[in-house]
Parts: sequence; C-alpha cells; structure tokens
Amino acid sequence: MEILSVEFLVASAVGLLTAAGIYLILRRRTFPVILGLSLLTYGVNIFLFATGRLRVDAPPILDKYAKVAYTDPLPQALVLTAIVISFGMTAVVVMIALAAYLSSKDDRIDMPHHPEDEGEDA
Amino acid sequence: MSLFLIAALPFLGAVFPALLIRAGRNASASAAGLTTFLAFVGLMLHAPAIFRGEVIQVGIDWLPALGLNANFFLDGLGFLFAAMILGIGLLVILYARFYLSREDPMGQFYSYLLLFQGAMVGIVMSDNILLLLIFWELTSLSSFLLIGFWKHLPEGRQGARMALAVTGSGGLAMIGGMMILGNVAGSYDLSVILQNKDLIQASPLYLPALILILIGCFTKSAQFPFHFWLPHAMAAPTPVSAYLHSATMVKAGLFLMARLWPVLAGTPEWFYIVATTGLVTMLLGAVIALFKDDLKALLAYSTVSHLGLITMLLGFGTKIAAVTAVFHIINHATFKAALFMSAGIVDHEAHTRNINRLGGLRHLMPVTATIAIVAALSMAGIPPFNGFLSKEMMLEETVHTLWGSSHYLVPGLALLAALFSAAYSFRFIGHVFLGQPRDDYPATPHDPGLGMWAGPGFLMVLVVLIGLFSAKLAGPLVAVAAGAVIGGDDLPYYSLKLWHGLTPALYMSGVAVIGGLILVRLHRPLMALWMATPRPEAKQIFDVSMRGLTKLAQLITDGLHNGAITRYAFVMMLFIIGICYYAYSSGSLGTASRPVQGVGPIPVIAWFCLIIATLAVVAKHRQRQLSLVLIGVVGLVVSMGFNYLSAPDLALTQLSVEVVSMVLLLLALNFMPKDSPIEAPLWVRLRDGGIAVIGGLGAAALIYALMLRDFVAPSISDYHLANAYKGGGGTNVVNVILVDFRGYDTFGEIIVLGIAALVIYALTEAVLGSRVRAYLLNRKPDMPQAGDAHPMMMVVATRVMMPLALMVAAYIFFRGHNLPGGGFIAGLIAAIALLMQYMASGFSWAAERQRVGYHGIIGSGVLIAASAGLASWFAARPFLTSAYGYLHWPPLEEFEWATASLFDLGVFLAVVGAVLLTLESLARFAWQPGMSTEHAMDINPARDAAENSEDEV
Repeated sequence: MEILSVEFLVASAVGLLTAAGIYLILRRRTFPVILGLSLLTYGVNIFLFATGRLRVDAPPILDKYAKVAYTDPLPQALVLTAIVISFGMTAVVVMIALAAYLSSKDDRIDMPHHPEDEGEDA
Repeated sequence: MSLFLIAALPFLGAVFPALLIRAGRNASASAAGLTTFLAFVGLMLHAPAIFRGEVIQVGIDWLPALGLNANFFLDGLGFLFAAMILGIGLLVILYARFYLSREDPMGQFYSYLLLFQGAMVGIVMSDNILLLLIFWELTSLSSFLLIGFWKHLPEGRQGARMALAVTGSGGLAMIGGMMILGNVAGSYDLSVILQNKDLIQASPLYLPALILILIGCFTKSAQFPFHFWLPHAMAAPTPVSAYLHSATMVKAGLFLMARLWPVLAGTPEWFYIVATTGLVTMLLGAVIALFKDDLKALLAYSTVSHLGLITMLLGFGTKIAAVTAVFHIINHATFKAALFMSAGIVDHEAHTRNINRLGGLRHLMPVTATIAIVAALSMAGIPPFNGFLSKEMMLEETVHTLWGSSHYLVPGLALLAALFSAAYSFRFIGHVFLGQPRDDYPATPHDPGLGMWAGPGFLMVLVVLIGLFSAKLAGPLVAVAAGAVIGGDDLPYYSLKLWHGLTPALYMSGVAVIGGLILVRLHRPLMALWMATPRPEAKQIFDVSMRGLTKLAQLITDGLHNGAITRYAFVMMLFIIGICYYAYSSGSLGTASRPVQGVGPIPVIAWFCLIIATLAVVAKHRQRQLSLVLIGVVGLVVSMGFNYLSAPDLALTQLSVEVVSMVLLLLALNFMPKDSPIEAPLWVRLRDGGIAVIGGLGAAALIYALMLRDFVAPSISDYHLANAYKGGGGTNVVNVILVDFRGYDTFGEIIVLGIAALVIYALTEAVLGSRVRAYLLNRKPDMPQAGDAHPMMMVVATRVMMPLALMVAAYIFFRGHNLPGGGFIAGLIAAIALLMQYMASGFSWAAERQRVGYHGIIGSGVLIAASAGLASWFAARPFLTSAYGYLHWPPLEEFEWATASLFDLGVFLAVVGAVLLTLESLARFAWQPGMSTEHAMDINPARDAAENSEDEV
C-alpha cells in the first residue's frame, strides 16, 4: 500500500478539486462559475494547509503534562481566516450574480456582443 | 520663509478663492492675491542670501530607496523664475478681477490659477528631478483647466485638449529622459546631477536622454514642430494667456534647458538640435505673426518666436549666450505680459480683437495706447527699451556663431527674424492705435479703470526703467541667475548698456527696423501673397493624427476587452499555468527527504467520496440543485480531512461555513434558473477540460513534491509553538496566532468580512430599489412549494435548540484560547442558531424579533477588537499586545483571563453580524406581501382550538 499514502490522497484531492474548479470557472453561466470558485477554494485551502506538512494525531494544542509532537500551526491559522474570507467572497459573488440575473433576466457571464458604438466628441 | 511653505502656499491658498466667492468677487480675488503676495514676500526674504550667491536648500527624505526625496533648493535661476511667477501672478490676479465678467465663475478661476502657480513654483524650486516631474505634469493638468476655462466655447475645449495632448506627451518623453539622466548620474537630486557633467556627456545614453528631455522642453515651450498648440491655447481668457505665455507655462521648458545647461550643453548634439530648433522657431513664429489679424494670435506667434530666440541662445552653448538668454527671459516676460493685458483691454472695451476692425485707438484710449506702444516698441527692439538691449546682445552672439561651415547662416536668419519681429510689432502699433479713429467699432472704446491698467502700466514702467538703468536694476538679478545657469562664479565679461559703439549688431538692428517699416507699408500685397500660398495647417494634421490614435486605441481596447469574461478567465488560467511551468523549468527540484505516511481504510473511503462527489459536481453541474448537494459532500469530506490531519479548528470552521454557504446558495438559487443549458461547442469544452487537467495535475504534483520535502529555511512556527503559552497565555496555538501573534491580520480580516456584508446589503438595496422589485413581488414560484411553509415540528425544534445552540457557541468561544474553538467558529455557530429561526419561523417573524441591527453588530465587533488592541498602548506596548492572568473567585475554579479574549469577542460579533446581514439581505428578495403573519406556525393546534371555540360561541 505504498501508493495510498496520506500525502497521495491529499495531493490527488487538491489536483482534482483544482481541475474541477478550473473547468467550472470556464463555463458560461454564473452558477457553475460560483460552484467552480467554491471547488477551487477547497483546493487552494487544502494546498495551503498542506504546505505545513501533514501529521496525524498531533493537533497544535499544547499539552502541559506530556512532551508530544505538534503539527505546524501557522498554515492552520492562515487557512482558518481564508475559509471565512472565502465565504465572504462567495457571498458577494453570489449577490452580484443574483442582482445581474434579476436585472437582465440572463445569467450569462459574457457581455452580449453589440455593434460598436461610434462616439465622436465635440 | 521655508521653501516648503513657499511651494505649498499656492496649493493651500487654492481652497480659499473657491470658498470665498460666496462672500463676493472682491473677497475671492483678495484671497488669491494675498496668498500670492505672502509667497512673494516669503521669496523676497531670501533675496539677500541669493544675491550673496548662496544656495538655500531644504529637504526631507521621502522614499530614499527610490531616490524620491522632497528636496527643494533656491539659487539665482530659481529665484528669478519664482519671482516672475509670483510677481506677474500678482498682477494677473489684479487684472483678472476686472477682466472677468459677472457670468464667469471667478472662484474657480482663481483656484485653478493658484494650482497652476503652485505647480510652476514647484518646478523652479525642486531639487529632486522626480519631484520636478510631478510638478511638471501638474502644470500640464492645471493649464488644461485654465485654457479650457470657458467651457462653453468649443475652441476653448479643443485648445485645452490640444495643449494637454502636446505638453502631456512631451512630459511623458521627459520622464524617460530624466530617468536615464538620474541613472547615469547615480542620483535624482539636481544638485548632484549638475556636478557630473563629464560622466553624463561621456555616457552612451547621453543622446537618448538629451532627445527625450528636449522633447519635453520643446513641447512645453512651443518650439517647432510642436509650436501649434500655443496659438490655439489663446481661446483662454486673456489673463490666462498673459500669465501662461509670458512668464510661466511656456517658460518652463526654457527653465529646464537653462537648469540642465551645465550638464547637457556644450556638445555638438546640443548645439545642432537646440540652436537650430530655436532659430527655425524664431523665424517661423515671426513670419506667421505678421500675417495674423487677431491681436492675440499675433502675440501668440510672437511669443513662439521669442521662445525660439531664447532657445537658440541656450543652444549656442556659450556662457555669454546663456547670460543673454537669461536677460531676454526677464525682458520678454515684462513686455509680453504687458502686451497681452493691453490686447485684453482692447478686446474688453472695443469688443473685437480683429486688427482690421481697429485703428486710431490712440485718441480714444490714450493710457492703454501708451502702455501697448511702449511694450510693442520694446518687442520690436527699439532703444531705449529693454527689448533692444537683449536683442542687440542676441544679434551680436549670432555673428560669432558658426553653423556647419557657414558664417552667415545664423546671423542672416536671425536678422530676418528680427526684421519680421519689428514688422509685426509696428503693425500692432500702427494698425491698432495709430491712424484716425473709426466710427464702426463694435463698441465705443475707452480707457478702463485703474484696476485693469495698473498691472500692464507697472510692467511698462519696468520696460522703460530696465532699458534705461539696466546695469543697476537688472544687473544683479541677471548676474545671479546667469551664474546659476553657467554653474560657477566665472561669469564672462558683458555689460548691460544701451550704447556699445558701432558694432555689427547695431547695423543689424538698424536694418531690421528699416526693413520692418517697409514690410508694414507693404502689408496689404504681402498678405494677399500669404493667403495665396498653400501651407500645412497644423491643427488639421493634429486632428487627423489624434483621430487615428483614438481609432487605434479603440481597436486595441475593444479587441482585448470585449466583455467575454470566459475569455479573460481562460487567458488568466493559461497565464498562471505558463508562469508555473516557467518557474518549474527554471528551478531545480531537490530530492525527497520525508517519508510518506501510511493510511488506514477509513480515510481512503472518505477520499473516494470526495473524488466521486467532485467528479459528479462537474458531470452534473447543469442540474444546479443536485450539484449543490454534491458540493456539500465535498465540503464535509474536507472538514473531516482537516480533523483527521490534526486541524480541529479548521474542521470546525469548515463545517460551520459549509452550513452557512449552503443556505446562501440555496437562497440565491431560489431566484435563478435551475439548470444550465449546454452552450459551449464540444471543442471548447474539451479545450477547457484540457486546461483544467493540466492545472490540476500541476497543482497536485507541486503539493506532492512539497510534502515530501522538508522546509528549506527554519519555519517560524516553532517560535509560535514555544511562545503561545508563555507570551499569549493560551494552549491552542492556532487561536493564539489568530488573536495575538497575527492579530493585526485577523483585525483586517474581520473588517474585510464586514465590508463584504455591507456590499451585499448595499447591492440588495440598489436592486430592490429598481424595477426588479416589481418583478419579485409578482413572481410566481417556478417550483412546487411545500404545503406547509413553517412546519410546526421544525418551529418547535428550532426554538428549543436556540438556547442550546447559543450555549454551544458560548462554550466554543470561551474554550477557544486553550482548546479548539474561538471567535470565528463561535460566531458561525451563533449565526447558524439565529439562521434556524429565520428558516423555521419565516423571515417576517424573525425580523420582527431582531432588535439590534446587524450593521451595528459588525461595527461594534470591529470597535471592540480595535479597543482591545488600543488598550495595549496605555501600557506603552505595541498595538494588540495581549496581557493575561488568572483570577480566583470562590467558589469558582481558578480561571484565566486574557485581553485576547476581548479581541476574540470582537471577531465573534463581526462574524455574527456579517453572516446574518448577508443572509438577511438575500432573504429580503423573497419577501412578498401577505407573508407577514403574527403566527410563526401555519398549523397550531392550540390556536386552532381557541379559534374553533370562538366560532362555537
């Protein structure tokens, strides 16, 4: 079972989430793009988290009584705020998408192609 | 007065005219005048030191690493220019007060004028060339406002745009030139650059720098072939023309050439570029000026010609020519400002500037006529006025100048220019003021009040006095200014006097005057000849090229920015993958140093769930509700993964964010189409799939490689682990990092979150205030609705759960410092507890019971966090230093307190407020009339029973 290591599982998950995220971001309607952003967020957060290297059963909770190993706390702190902030970002994007859809009854993300507006200034 | 203050005064003062215009036009003008006067007095306080030959320097290092310092210095040259700018500025302010009519917004005018004045003073006093460039651009911008002051006139707007385009683009070229110069000299400080003549002239970059800087100077000083903007700028009110074209704007280019003269001049390149351009400009301007019927156009081309003269003198590169240039700068400023103002008076009183409709004004406006005639004679180079002196010296210099191998080219052309110069000056006098009065003026001309002619009158006195007592009056100023140009005390021998003996220059002057008189006599046939000669019209060329550039810019912009966000995203992804590949291929990968860790069966099962769910999201993304469910699975596995990999805080956060996000997305989906059609052709989907696979593989390979290697440098995490308890008083290191070590980050983050929520609120307000509201109110649900909107079981359950959930939030919050938890997670849990009430009992019911606005909760959270941080200032510690200790209140156990908890409380409140404001905003879209009810439950046995009993009664 050399292949199925913790590292492999995490790395493949990151890769798949990133790929799925990129694919959905390149779609033409708002909702799949939002889904893609969410998937990409998962991927990026796990990526950042994994830069602290992985450890099982070593939470960074200090133990007064025993000398035990701790995993890297810093990426965790960064990812924690990243999760909350990405919620905020998703919410704003959802809101923009909703407002755009309600105003135009269209949820395409590309602008419709207009014939050029010839503007001549005086 | 400090140089800083002198430079800053016009900018500071620019506010007052605009404000004081409410108190009347006199108040506004006085404010502008007083500001200028103060700056002028401040400058004059330095006069004794300047005349002693001192250089005054002040400076603060602003960005020393970039060489950007706010350094000012004042030497003779700067003093001369600053005195002209402020002195003539004062006269112009006085003149403008009486020139502008009641309809003109005078407050605006003076504010613009002061801004421009400040920028000019900044240019002439800057020691740092980067600072100088900033002021240089400011003059372009502020002169745009001044030239286009009469916004209702198309000529004014076009002239302003043309001036901005020409001088602005010249300014861009100059930025390049100055950067090169600064790099070559190793400093951006002028005082250093001026010491490095040999270094700069030996550099291979000398010529490019020279050309770029000269483009800047030539555009600003209206030198051929950039001269055309200046006459078009005459659409400005006359006070503006008098100011910009006599003493300031156009002199900026000359100033810079004089300023950099010590390092740039003296080479053949300098001579042939600068002197030739100046000579051509001088001749061209003089010839065109003779054939202009508009008084201001005549003066404009005459200005072009005189600027060419000074440029040519600077181009000669000899010391005596530089002295002459400085002297002529003074003389030109005096007589040209007087002439512009006189022309303005004629225009103001006779309501025309057309020379063909004027004549004989000598009898009707004797004061104006005297001023204008004296100034025009000076311009023609007639003794004993000051223009004669410098023109003689100029002619004398040309005689000694060799162009190529010709002795006659420069003096010959200069003589021709002087001849035309005399001719247009005589025409200005003869056709406007001399002759018999006419009876067909558009208005009856008469002399204006003292306020209007005082300024030009004063200048006329200067013209005469400098002419008569040149050595006494102008001598010292010329000496210090020229000394600063030449760079050193070794001024060449020269004498400023009227009679130099029978020199070649005197003969040339004589020829010029006589020739000029003849030309004026022959003006009518010459004019006919001129009109018959075809010549390129600069404005048309300019307009055509501008149209071409606009088209090109539009083509590029529309081509790149066509509104297809999918394309932007595609390009961005390609770019990211490209730079990642570059980073990979240009670096080297170390050998793996960490072993992989084995894994049990349960994580593998979870991993399978994640893989399948993710693939299913992609496969089923067209069915939006289904894909939401699937993405929820992904989120849950990710939370479990965090927990498994020793990150309990992350697991808790992810879990609670998951809940909130899902509610959010469901709310939004309620109003959106429930499925996405297939739009992209197959090849596009395959292409996107390819990009996605490459990106995914790259990310996976990168993180896999990273995880198998140790840190390159020691991590700071060990410090955090070692000091979390000692310094921060908590055992949950992640929480201590959030509220203590990196508390400032967290502080910023809750603010961002709050702003995001406010953005959503604002968008909601905007959308609900538009016609969308009508659509929403009449909207019929596109999916079958639940028969029971507020099921009794759920209402009861959520109400029972509410205190429990809040208690859990409180528990998570308080234990956060030592065990997994903290403000973020507690905030999310509390928000979910409240959210459940909205979902179960309905928006109206919950909103009625919501007493405190969510805006306030966000705000109070940020404020509490800030005050927790500020408190450490009182203990003379940096922002957000935490303190902690232990309390023992019997009968409770001893417990810990930490100021970080207060900060965490702020985080908690901000998160609660932000999440709920977001969701509440979205929920408001669903509100429809008739939804408000006093009852949370649709079916309530107790209520129904009571109603039934009432019916029976």
